[in-house]
Amino acid sequence: MLMKNLLDQPFVHWMSSGAQDGDIVLASRIRLARNLEGIPFPQRANGEQLSQVVSQLKSSLCDLNSNEQSDYMFIDLEKLPLLERLVLVEKHIISPDHAREASNRAILVKQDTTVSIMVNEEDHLRIQCLMPGLNLVKAFTSANQVDDIIENKHALAFNEELGYLTSCPTNLGTGLRASVMVHLPALVLTGQINRIVNAVIQLGLTVRGLYGEGTEAVGNIFQISNQLTLGFTEQEIIDNLYSVVKQVVDHERTARGGLYADTTDMLVDRVWRAYGTLKYARSISGQEALALLSDVRMGYELGIINEGSNCNFNELMVITRPNFLQKMSDRPELSGNERKKLRAQIIREKLTND
Amino acid sequence: MLCDECKSRTACMHIIKIVNNQKTEKNLCAECAKAAGEISLSFDTQSYVHDFLKGIFNHGLFVDPQMLRGQESCSECGMTYTDFNRKGKVGCSACYTVFGGQFEPLLKRIHGSSSHTGKIPKRNGGTLKIRQQIKKIRQQLEQYVINEEYEKAVLLRDEIKNLEKEIGLSGKEE
Repeated sequence: MLMKNLLDQPFVHWMSSGAQDGDIVLASRIRLARNLEGIPFPQRANGEQLSQVVSQLKSSLCDLNSNEQSDYMFIDLEKLPLLERLVLVEKHIISPDHAREASNRAILVKQDTTVSIMVNEEDHLRIQCLMPGLNLVKAFTSANQVDDIIENKHALAFNEELGYLTSCPTNLGTGLRASVMVHLPALVLTGQINRIVNAVIQLGLTVRGLYGEGTEAVGNIFQISNQLTLGFTEQEIIDNLYSVVKQVVDHERTARGGLYADTTDMLVDRVWRAYGTLKYARSISGQEALALLSDVRMGYELGIINEGSNCNFNELMVITRPNFLQKMSDRPELSGNERKKLRAQIIREKLTND
Repeated sequence: MLCDECKSRTACMHIIKIVNNQKTEKNLCAECAKAAGEISLSFDTQSYVHDFLKGIFNHGLFVDPQMLRGQESCSECGMTYTDFNRKGKVGCSACYTVFGGQFEPLLKRIHGSSSHTGKIPKRNGGTLKIRQQIKKIRQQLEQYVINEEYEKAVLLRDEIKNLEKEIGLSGKEE
């Protein structure tokens, strides 16, 4: 995938359909926090030190390429306008923090978009691997391979007792944050979500909204991730998350089944209404689009609706985000209303074509 | 209970106003309350969570007086413990050695543990990996002894001996 495609095309690998538990789990993500030995962490490093980190990692590009079949590309965030950086956030390639501050920040992205390495985010390196569906093991294997290649070339900040040293003490040890993006409309509709969230938290995990820390759970999409990073092995952390997510998925499936059996007419009506609005609306807000897409996605998984079956809901979720819309339009700055109109038009076209 | 104002969201606060001895009561949701200026939620939630974390670093019943003085600074990056308290972020890898003792209770509070058992970079030497392995086997061995499963325990003891030989520790304690 060329750089231009990465920014212009909505589709990235994690949106692929047909993955394990893909009816409920959108994507799995593994993130490893690493720092180079001997250079202060980004928050305390000066410009010169930060650019030294960038150039050191840029030099790893060839190592990454020779070991992997497909190639990595290097993107200097400083050279990317804010809008394009925000598009990368909407596609989950980089974090909101990484988009905000661009000087001496960079990313290395694998052509198939499964792996991205953020340089000088909170830590010198944030190796991230995103896979469609519930696929934590594969995501970890990829991220771990990248870590091995980097480690082979650079001395990483590591301490026998504390493990990998990170800028925030909450990431110490494995530096591993494993998270899973789940779509839980039936648990929300049946009012069970709070109970589930509380239970998940008690098991040492956290639950957040669509774009990570401090964001809302729009479109009934939640991120479940591990909280603790020290004192457990990578396998233990992933196993724990996997088994909890499996439970949540089972509950969601049961809730969907129950909802369909008990309130068939209401649910069928709700799904078709959502579909109707998405297909014919002439102006639609981002929040409304996500809420309706959530209903249609569930209706599609329950076999209530077949129309638009080739349509990729994960992709539509990204297309309807404000920054991506702005990027797609050729206008300099869309007003709120123009954006709503464009959003409605794009959804209409997608649903009609597919 | 629904919000008196928008009648769609759930009310989350009950507001009683007494103006000129006239008492009025309202049930509002967060948005309507904010819009009506009834209550100011001046903090944004994101920084609130961050502040909460920083707070965790500060408060404890038994605090080392040296920690409170916060004067000692890291020779590599110049961070003091006060800096850390303020930002909640560590300056560089050397800080973990400089402030090691001060971080320990904190790490126990965050993670419930303060020792790493996960991946080890190859260049940090294979011996650490083996030492961790020995530690794990030893725990298992103790369990076997408690359960009086001596045959299994003997096997593990031999395994430990072999591993210790491998890293030149034979017979000695870790």
